[in-house]
Amino acid sequence: MSLFLIAALPFLGALLPGLLIRAGRDACAIVTGSVTLLALIGLGVNAPAVLRGEIVTARIDWIPGLGLNANFFLDGLGLLFAGMILGIGLLVIIYARYYLSRNDAMGRFYTFLLLFQGAMVGIVLSDNVLMLLVFWELTSLSSFLLIGYWNHLPEGRQGARMALAVTGAGGLALIGGMLMLGNIVGSYDLSVILESKDVIQSSPLYLPALILILLGCFTKSAQFPFHFWLPHAMAAPTPVSAYLHSATMVKAGLFLMARMWPVLSGTEAWFYIVATTGLITMVVGAVIALFKDDLKGLLAFSTVSHLGLITMLLGFGTPIAAVAAVFHIINHATFKAALFMTAGIIDHGAHTRDIKRLGGLRTLMPVTFVIATVASLSMAGIPPLNGFLSKEMMLEEAAHTVWAGSHWLLPVLACLGALFSAAYSFRYISHVFLGPKREDYPATPHDPGIGMWIAPGLLVVLAILIGLFPKTIVGTLVAIASGSVIGGDLPYYSLKLWHGVNPALIMSGIAVAGGLVLLWLHGSLDKLWNALPRPEAKRIFDIVISGLTTLARFFTERTHNGSFARYAAIFFVFVFGLGYYAYQSGTMVAADRTMLDASPVAIAGWVCLIVSTLCVVTFHRNRLLALVLIGVTGLIVSMSFNYLSAPDLALTQISVEAVTIILLLLALNLMPKETPVELRSGRKLRDAVLSIGGGLGVGALIYAMMMRDLVQPSISEFHIANSYSGGGGTNVVNVILVDFRGFDTFGEIIVLGIAAIVIYALTESILSTGIRGQLLNRKPDFPIAGDAHPMMMVVATRVMMPIALMVAAYIFFRGHNLPGGGFIAGLIAAIALIMQYMASGFSWASARQRFPYHGIIGAGVLVAALTGMGAWLNEMPFLTSAFSYVYLPGLHKFELATAALFDLGVFLAVFGAVLLALESLSRYAWQPDDATEHAMDINPARDTAVVEEGK
Amino acid sequence: MNHWIILPIVLPAVLAPFIIMVLRHHLDLQRIFSIAGTLALVAVTLGLMGSALGGDIQVYELGDWPAPFGIVLVLDRLSAMMIVLTALLGLAVLLHAIGSGWDKRGWHFHALFQFQLMGIMGAFLTGDAFNLFVFFEVLLIASYGLMIHGGGAVRLQAGVQYVGYNLLGSTMFLFALGILYNVTGTLNMADLAVRVADFPAQDTALLRIGAILLLLVFAIKAAVLPLHFWLPASYANAPAPVAALFAIMTKVGAYAILRMYTLVFGPDVAASAGLVTPWLMPAAVLTLAVGMIGILGSRQLARMVAFAAIGSMGTLLIAISMFTPEATTAALYYIIHSTFATALLFLIVDLVTERRGDQLKVNMPMPQSGLIACLFFAGAIAMAGMPPLSGFVGKLLVMNASWDSPLVLLIWATILVTSFIAIVGLARAGSILFWKPFDATLTLEAPEPSKPAILSFVACFALLAMLIALTVFAGPVLDYVGATSEQLFATQDYIDAVLNRDIP
Repeated sequence: MSLFLIAALPFLGALLPGLLIRAGRDACAIVTGSVTLLALIGLGVNAPAVLRGEIVTARIDWIPGLGLNANFFLDGLGLLFAGMILGIGLLVIIYARYYLSRNDAMGRFYTFLLLFQGAMVGIVLSDNVLMLLVFWELTSLSSFLLIGYWNHLPEGRQGARMALAVTGAGGLALIGGMLMLGNIVGSYDLSVILESKDVIQSSPLYLPALILILLGCFTKSAQFPFHFWLPHAMAAPTPVSAYLHSATMVKAGLFLMARMWPVLSGTEAWFYIVATTGLITMVVGAVIALFKDDLKGLLAFSTVSHLGLITMLLGFGTPIAAVAAVFHIINHATFKAALFMTAGIIDHGAHTRDIKRLGGLRTLMPVTFVIATVASLSMAGIPPLNGFLSKEMMLEEAAHTVWAGSHWLLPVLACLGALFSAAYSFRYISHVFLGPKREDYPATPHDPGIGMWIAPGLLVVLAILIGLFPKTIVGTLVAIASGSVIGGDLPYYSLKLWHGVNPALIMSGIAVAGGLVLLWLHGSLDKLWNALPRPEAKRIFDIVISGLTTLARFFTERTHNGSFARYAAIFFVFVFGLGYYAYQSGTMVAADRTMLDASPVAIAGWVCLIVSTLCVVTFHRNRLLALVLIGVTGLIVSMSFNYLSAPDLALTQISVEAVTIILLLLALNLMPKETPVELRSGRKLRDAVLSIGGGLGVGALIYAMMMRDLVQPSISEFHIANSYSGGGGTNVVNVILVDFRGFDTFGEIIVLGIAAIVIYALTESILSTGIRGQLLNRKPDFPIAGDAHPMMMVVATRVMMPIALMVAAYIFFRGHNLPGGGFIAGLIAAIALIMQYMASGFSWASARQRFPYHGIIGAGVLVAALTGMGAWLNEMPFLTSAFSYVYLPGLHKFELATAALFDLGVFLAVFGAVLLALESLSRYAWQPDDATEHAMDINPARDTAVVEEGK
Repeated sequence: MNHWIILPIVLPAVLAPFIIMVLRHHLDLQRIFSIAGTLALVAVTLGLMGSALGGDIQVYELGDWPAPFGIVLVLDRLSAMMIVLTALLGLAVLLHAIGSGWDKRGWHFHALFQFQLMGIMGAFLTGDAFNLFVFFEVLLIASYGLMIHGGGAVRLQAGVQYVGYNLLGSTMFLFALGILYNVTGTLNMADLAVRVADFPAQDTALLRIGAILLLLVFAIKAAVLPLHFWLPASYANAPAPVAALFAIMTKVGAYAILRMYTLVFGPDVAASAGLVTPWLMPAAVLTLAVGMIGILGSRQLARMVAFAAIGSMGTLLIAISMFTPEATTAALYYIIHSTFATALLFLIVDLVTERRGDQLKVNMPMPQSGLIACLFFAGAIAMAGMPPLSGFVGKLLVMNASWDSPLVLLIWATILVTSFIAIVGLARAGSILFWKPFDATLTLEAPEPSKPAILSFVACFALLAMLIALTVFAGPVLDYVGATSEQLFATQDYIDAVLNRDIP
């Protein structure tokens, strides 16, 4: 079977249990098991080739640009791990079927389990370090789901998050390390990397890469000081603990160290980092395990200890130690998975995992007792079980390894670790199963059905068989797996029970004897241990994480406090800073234009401008006055456009000014007369400095631009030259607007249209809330004049309306050749109507409004767009204009241009937009009851008179 | 004459006024036309992408005026990719908005939505700097309308800040264009490129000021620190589908930076040397950091995702600010990823918020909790850049591309550490939202069963499918974006195509 399929099967199969749970728990479990079994068979098909020493590969290019390819290979190490993952996985699936209760969502459980299985298989088969990283992080994610499976338990949720944080962080470090490694070697393919020992070890990046990779391995394999997450992951259902936290996930770190062993090991850095960490972990884990009262807690720390042992062996960097490591990986998986399952059985039967509440289960749970005893003895390293064999090899290696010049440190500590290991193993047997039967079990303990004990039973049989016939059972596997770790010739070793009396045997003896003594002393030691202050990793972790969260919250809320003034101040400072940097890093020649003389008109305008702006600053709290002063500024700007020979701009600006002032007046009508005092004086100073600085900066910029000639000829020369011949108009500004750059105008009328419908939508949504009532019942700052529709004004505006509309038409038609055009005409026409609203009132005016403004806006944009599209019929691009001259009898020659049609669209859109905005704003203050039937308040008593007459 | 290029702009520009004029009182008809129009956009943009695949740069001269005197639209691989992205995202968001009923909570949703699409499409297609400004205005005003859709005091207040800050940006855009036009005499991007390249070395100060102001305008849109302040409140308070659509708005800024600062003020141009990378790179790193810290520090779900959006812009801008073909390839890939991932998360925010409120506190379990949890898990994986989704590929690409940068250590450390912060923050949020409500000790009541809005879920899964496709087909996608980045740096081809020069 292709390696792709083996790696993909669990992922594909993960969909099934989630669905098939509806067909029943058995169907669900059988399907899950079948998926794993199928993958296992697939692996078995490839096994003979691997055992012959071949390497099975499967390669497919996924992201060649990144060097991330779906390359897989199966060598001895991969075969060993994949076999363990799938084999124990199968047993765990069987076990879980009987472990999970009816209330547990079994489909979800198996889905997560298969996802995890797939990720693990992926790790051990990857021939590409980036691919390996993908699977690596997937194991973190899927184990997060598995640990948090019982989401109704806080321990489950916290354990899951802790595991994710620690292993996820390690994974990130690993990303860094792997990328460095890839950059050193020039390839991310493991088979290439594994050939490049010299290149890697001589690179200056070797040490950082090594540290980062080891961080990944250590966090995953729960090495000191990252060991603390593993015991908390025990909140997961026991099948998960048996699978993830004994046989597979925690072994991923060991796997990676073994995988990278040929290229990373053998240096001093490797030895001191890896072996020391392993040694400390082994001892610390073993000591803590002895004092854990929770069965799974004890097993968790024993796992930590054993992982430390294997890490230490890998850290030695000698081939023979690597062989011992591989062998112990196998042995540990068998007895530890079995032990976890027995812990689950006890929990299931007795409803507690607290050792202090157990004891005397020997006769109540005989089957479990046998299984647990064999597995524990193997863990303690008692012959003839498999644990003894690999522990002997470890002690033998430790006995003659020198650590920082010391010959005794390693052997003594290793022996100490073994001693505690024996002690907690004995405790697991004696405090749980031996001793007198108790009366106060939470539930009556009993052996489970075969479904639950068959899996651990098989595992302990394996443990015994490996112990008795190591060479026959696993000899080849150890050989080829070690071969791929070492990457060269195997050293001489022999897997057998009796090596004669050697240092290892003596140390082993001391360990077992010491273990028994410790067990005997356990009662008093336990009291001492509990009295000792010791750092509680969970608390520290919680404090760190909640501290980080608080810090992040403080920082984020402080910096993003919602103050617009501050945001804007930062904006200005940043812009000025960078603008100044750009200026001073550039070059500048002296200005080449001479200053013009200032005419009296210009000076007068300038003074007006300065005075009006200063007045705005001074009187800004009086809203009405400020608005009038802003109007003055706007008018002077319009006049200066005119003064500088830009009549089109001046006309536009004046109309825009008029319309905006009217709209603002409408808004002011609803607001208090004065603005509240908002700024403290410090802020005022800051804002003053910023504004003056900004003004001076912009002034200097404009001065610099106006004082020099164009460096390069402007494209406007083309526009002037082609305005009449190509655009059919003599007013180049208008031709630019409707023809050369008609597309810009098209966009801008859309902007206006959008603005109007946004104002409308906003009004609708505001008026549908309680605000309307507040507005109607507000107390105005000023007394209301009482004469809402003065007669003089009404008459005047009605007389002016046709004139104003005529002006609009005039401006519109002359636009193409003289100052004017659709935009200005639209504004003027809008003003003509606004006057009616102002003078005669909203009710009167809107009653006479027959075309909805929405429609006018839409029509405007559509007319403009359709005019543009008309050119398509002519096989020309959008907005291509056409014009011709028409001679009619009795009239001068005149021009018909598509540009005029486009301009009509502009006219309509502007007209509709302004009036829709106005209408919307008027509605805030509109009081339906107040609306008089008559626009002119000639005789306010008229209505009452009519009513009385009717009586 | 090939008019297809302008269709992505004209189609919504005609559809929207039609909706305003004729359909404004008929929501069902609006929905039909809006979906049909967006589907047509997807088809048209995909067709355009097909025609850009070969590497031809197509130019559309509006009004038949030759560049640089008239306005041109330019379709190259980059603009094709961006409009396809916009159309696909638009369709998903539209479906969600209809499914969740957001479009009936105020006036003119569909018209504004189409105008919004038009503005974005125009910004991606135009080859003229002033026209770009016009489209920035269109998309700004339309987005303001969409942002305050549905009303409410908090949203309106956030809206004022949004529009206020962006008007500052627009004003600066005008300043920048004024300066550039003053010193170069042109507004066409290709022509600008030609003129800036031979700019006299003794008088560069004004040009440089113009160039940097323009960059700052785009940086505001792209939410680069410290110009990002408009984003958190406005995205967090906008209707969630709108916030999802805004995932492409920040990309408009990123696109404009890529376009202008490869074509006109490219890394080899003497006149603008040293203006961009020295500050944009550290700013991008800070953006990433602040965004990811914000994920951990947020009290509301939508705000958390808003900060995630900032963070992903940070990663993107790190890649952009290197201005090497390799880094640009990474950036282009990341643009696609970041758009879909951010949008997906915002749509999920809507699903959650509609059921249990926005606060990141324990609340009762919500209906369809399992399905939403799946989506959130996937979205969070994508956003944090964890395997197996495209965020991981994008992160690797960016890290790989920064190998030669002098700031490589800082970049790597920031990316990795902030990923960690994001993981912690997202795991915390997920635990609060989807796990804690089931805590046995809290005895929260079971949710009322409710009928899920199918269309909303369809939209979410469609976006997730995009992310998965982006991962599975990362090879072909990288080929495309690689070719795109090659085309971006071969500026002469662009100039020749636009200015109608004979290719020697």
